Amino acid sequence: MGKKTYLYNNHLKLNAKIVDFGGWDMPLNYCSQVTEHHQVRKSAGMFDVSHMTVVDLEGEKARDLLAYLLANDIARLKNIGKALYSCMLNENGGVIDDLIVYLVSDTQFRVVVNAATTEKDVAWITKHATDFKVDVKQRDDLAMIAVQGPLAREKVRSLLPIDVQELAPFYATWNDEFFVGRTGYTGEDGFEIILPGEKAPELWEALLAADVAPIGLAARDTLRLEAGMNLYGIDMDENYSPLESGLSWTVAFKPENRDFIGRKALETSADHDIMIALVLEQKGGVLRGHQTVTVEGGGIGQITSGTFSPTIGKSIAFARVPAGKYEQVLVTIRNKQLVAKVVKPPFVRNGKIFV
Amino acid sequence: MNNIPQELKYTKTHEWVRVEDDDTVTVGITDHAQERLGDIVFIELPELNNQVTAGTEVVVIESVKAAGDVYSPLSGEIIAINQSLNDSPELANSSPYEEAWLFKIKSSEVLDNLMNAEQYAIHTSHEE
Repeated sequence: MGKKTYLYNNHLKLNAKIVDFGGWDMPLNYCSQVTEHHQVRKSAGMFDVSHMTVVDLEGEKARDLLAYLLANDIARLKNIGKALYSCMLNENGGVIDDLIVYLVSDTQFRVVVNAATTEKDVAWITKHATDFKVDVKQRDDLAMIAVQGPLAREKVRSLLPIDVQELAPFYATWNDEFFVGRTGYTGEDGFEIILPGEKAPELWEALLAADVAPIGLAARDTLRLEAGMNLYGIDMDENYSPLESGLSWTVAFKPENRDFIGRKALETSADHDIMIALVLEQKGGVLRGHQTVTVEGGGIGQITSGTFSPTIGKSIAFARVPAGKYEQVLVTIRNKQLVAKVVKPPFVRNGKIFV
Repeated sequence: MNNIPQELKYTKTHEWVRVEDDDTVTVGITDHAQERLGDIVFIELPELNNQVTAGTEVVVIESVKAAGDVYSPLSGEIIAINQSLNDSPELANSSPYEEAWLFKIKSSEVLDNLMNAEQYAIHTSHEE
């Protein structure tokens, strides 16, 4: 028996298949995961993401703390409400977690971290927060519902107590109870709504009544992979740096005088592996995690995330391989080597296929 | 409840088996098996005229979430494969007992140790 979110009974009511995810009892799917996937790409779906943890930071030096803790540069958050995606690294440059941080006020930031990493994240942040005299509050009283899809904006219009119709992408707005970010993990337009846990079932039911389909973790995984987004614990962890995980774009080496944890390790890392995105053009199987990838010259790597893409109708994957420029690679599936094309992610965004 | 036709025989590994009038044997996966796999996207069929051994994997079925093996219930020669599954693997979800038969096998072995529909129903209920 795992931990249960404020929406657990709502999932049972919908006959969801429940699985353990990072210590939480979460819905894997409510109906066919492919049907759920298409609902998000074509209309709107909602996810219970309450297993993720909201951490509120407050203090005069909260910005300085985050400048030191995050590989991306918190100075990029200039406007109130703006969000930033970043990795939090250890001294070796390994990824402790990936997270989103919102600027709430000059002295307040809201951070959303992964479920399975919550304990170590909060311990890590708290340990460093002491030096900066920043207050760290883990908000287990809050729930989170993501509404995603081309119709997401229209669907939430009358259901939220705050107007989010003009909210810009990667910004959040809030009142005393609701905190709504125009963010997500699907490659579609949408919102992540943070609200008091006891209010979550009511909003969930209202969204259901508005024909927003409930979507489980299975479709969440195919949607995020199509969108070219990493999954912590699968595509990266403390043994790999962001540079080895397709996340170089999230590491701010400038300004050069910003000292952040892991910086030295990243700067001195020699020949590191890279992450590439693959599409299997021929039939013969499905790309899956841990399959062996052989690159030109004989170098060996491995698929981290792989699945069948419902939108494209082909198999897609991320793989970590020796650095180099490749047009195609060989993937070993059941003792056969199949050719996979190397592409530039995302695979799908806003319902359109990019590969 | 999963559909379990009375006229078929079943294996513990969720294949269904039908002995045809000419004593050849047709094999597929059960409704229970397709439901557990979820959305099926690829089926790797055996080669025609292959000799196969009872209990060995002869077909791989891949769904979005997982890959599953199909085992031959007896030793013999593959005499037919269902080519329509190459283009329409999803038939294994929608019609596991009819349109999505997997292969036919010719064998001199006698089929025993298979379950009837009632026994298979009990077998799957124990697995839940």
